[in-house]
Amino acid sequence: MRSTRTLPRLMPSVVRRGWRVGRSFLIPLAVLAIVGCHSLDSDADVRAADTPKPPTYYDIGAPIDSARLAMIDIDIDPTGEHLPAGSGTAAKGLIVYAQKCAVCHGAKGEGIPPSPKLVGRDPRDGFPFGRDPRQVKTIGNYWPYSTTLYDYVRRAMPLKTPGALKSDEIYAVVAWLLAENEIIARDAVMDAKTLPAVKMPAVARFVVDDRKGKVVR
Amino acid sequence: MPELPPSKPDSDDDRAISRRTLLSGAGAAAAGAVLAGVIPQFVSGQGIVAAPQTPSPIAIPVDPTAVPGIASEALSPRSPFENPALAPIGVTTGSTLTPLHELSGTITPSDLVFQRSHNGIALIDPKKHSLMIHGLVDRPRAFSVGDLKRFPAITRTYFIECSGNGRAAFRGAKAEMTPQMVDGMTSNCEWTGVPLKTLFKEVGAQAPARWFLAEGGDASKLSRSIPMEKGMDDALIAWAQNGEPLRPGNGYPIRLLLPGYEGNASIKWVRRIELGREPWMFRDETSKYTDPLLNDTARQFSFVLDAKSIITAPAYPSRLAAHGWWPIRGLAWTGRGKIDRVDVSTDGGTSWTQAEITGPVLPFAHARFQLMWKWDGQPARLMSRVIDETGYVQPTLAAFIKARGIGTDYHFNYIRAWDVAADGTVTFGVGA
Repeated sequence: MRSTRTLPRLMPSVVRRGWRVGRSFLIPLAVLAIVGCHSLDSDADVRAADTPKPPTYYDIGAPIDSARLAMIDIDIDPTGEHLPAGSGTAAKGLIVYAQKCAVCHGAKGEGIPPSPKLVGRDPRDGFPFGRDPRQVKTIGNYWPYSTTLYDYVRRAMPLKTPGALKSDEIYAVVAWLLAENEIIARDAVMDAKTLPAVKMPAVARFVVDDRKGKVVR
Repeated sequence: MPELPPSKPDSDDDRAISRRTLLSGAGAAAAGAVLAGVIPQFVSGQGIVAAPQTPSPIAIPVDPTAVPGIASEALSPRSPFENPALAPIGVTTGSTLTPLHELSGTITPSDLVFQRSHNGIALIDPKKHSLMIHGLVDRPRAFSVGDLKRFPAITRTYFIECSGNGRAAFRGAKAEMTPQMVDGMTSNCEWTGVPLKTLFKEVGAQAPARWFLAEGGDASKLSRSIPMEKGMDDALIAWAQNGEPLRPGNGYPIRLLLPGYEGNASIKWVRRIELGREPWMFRDETSKYTDPLLNDTARQFSFVLDAKSIITAPAYPSRLAAHGWWPIRGLAWTGRGKIDRVDVSTDGGTSWTQAEITGPVLPFAHARFQLMWKWDGQPARLMSRVIDETGYVQPTLAAFIKARGIGTDYHFNYIRAWDVAADGTVTFGVGA
């Protein structure tokens, strides 16, 4: 193999300037050129020069800092397993709602476009949303899980200051929304135990995707 | 309807950040001022405030061969004669749509890719961003953006379509609707990233994991539950789009990309993935993005986008200026994989002719079709109908309504029509 020390004399002046500026830049280039040309002669050499087989895993990334994860691990599923401590009632929730929510959703949760209506049980019979686009979906007539309320309010509301509500405030506003929708009693206390136990009126309406075949379903 | 885009920008919000400010540095904005005809934005102590855009005159030489041309710039601007634009702009909670009728081929330029945000476009310092993967895994890990780029990457061309695409036309069709207004919530890019299955191997996904959640690092912290099968199949954590880093409106610095699935599930600005046994029942998979049916149920986790096509030319507001031969062109795609063929009708669906596919047919990607048509000056109704590789046929509006009902909220994939009048004007085919 030709010594890389002879390269500066063989290279045009512009490259020699590069050599003086950064020796480490040229050596890989030279090696690449030599190996690259040589490998055209023999496929066996290409395989021999291959990097080792990928490992089961690369060991890239860092262990998770549990304090950092705790700050963003905010999901609540229907079991309510990770609901935080705290509690609230509809009476307290009305105060939170009036201060933080009513400006967009209306004093009674009636909705101010584009912010959606939140309160309303009608139509009480049936589930006619597919037939009738005038039917407005609300927490009371459409949301299938009570825990989604806590999850969503905590992660995304209010729109201008998402994440700012404390857990007592969230439980309280969720209690108000459930009471206004006539799903829980006015004096019911919502906490990590009671909220997941609230059964929503529409829960049995939801079915898994059954689209298949060659025609629209 | 709560999900409809607002008709005008939210001008009351003094924290609003204009798209132009966001997507161009101050230097780039200044450099672009000569041709783009705008003045740079101002940065105030309170936030970034858009300055009024003032057109400046651009001198177009009478004979470009007789005078020297202009000098090059750091970012190559469009010709001053071309002004494609996303619309509506100023949206923070809603959609900004791709001008489909101003595009050729299949790739959507990055600055014209539609955006659907749920509380504005997150501005994220990539050095401070990480993707945490935890839950039912052997080795929970936090990956910096740099870490993610160390894994073997792949590059694929995929469309992303919002499952609400077409709602405006379904609910309130108007003759004066452009392809952008009808179906501008679909875009097609080349994406580069690491397959999610590589990361799932890296963290040691455990067998009981059937679902994973993906959560965004934006103000809505948008979250969805996704089946592990998709994660172990073709899901991607993408950091690049059309050869450069993702645009902020499309998820910079990293996003989830689920080929063929409704766009909402391809979480932008993804910050956390957790593996679990059951879905989490987030708002955007219960209250929203579910499909009420005619039998008093609602379909949930309807991820796959059904096959769809739309003619983008001729279409409103273009006009056929003369009788004779014209190309009918459009886009076709399917969430089930590849399209098989596209048929075009010029008589309102009575007869169909197979169109030519003018470029590559890739799985989960837009394909471009074309049919040369000799217009005789008579009124005509133009339609396109795609059939995908599974044999699925894009339905008529009547068949669609019969299957789903007029109250359905997503997945509007029925056949679109355009009406050509005797004077050559073209309007959206209402009630086709």
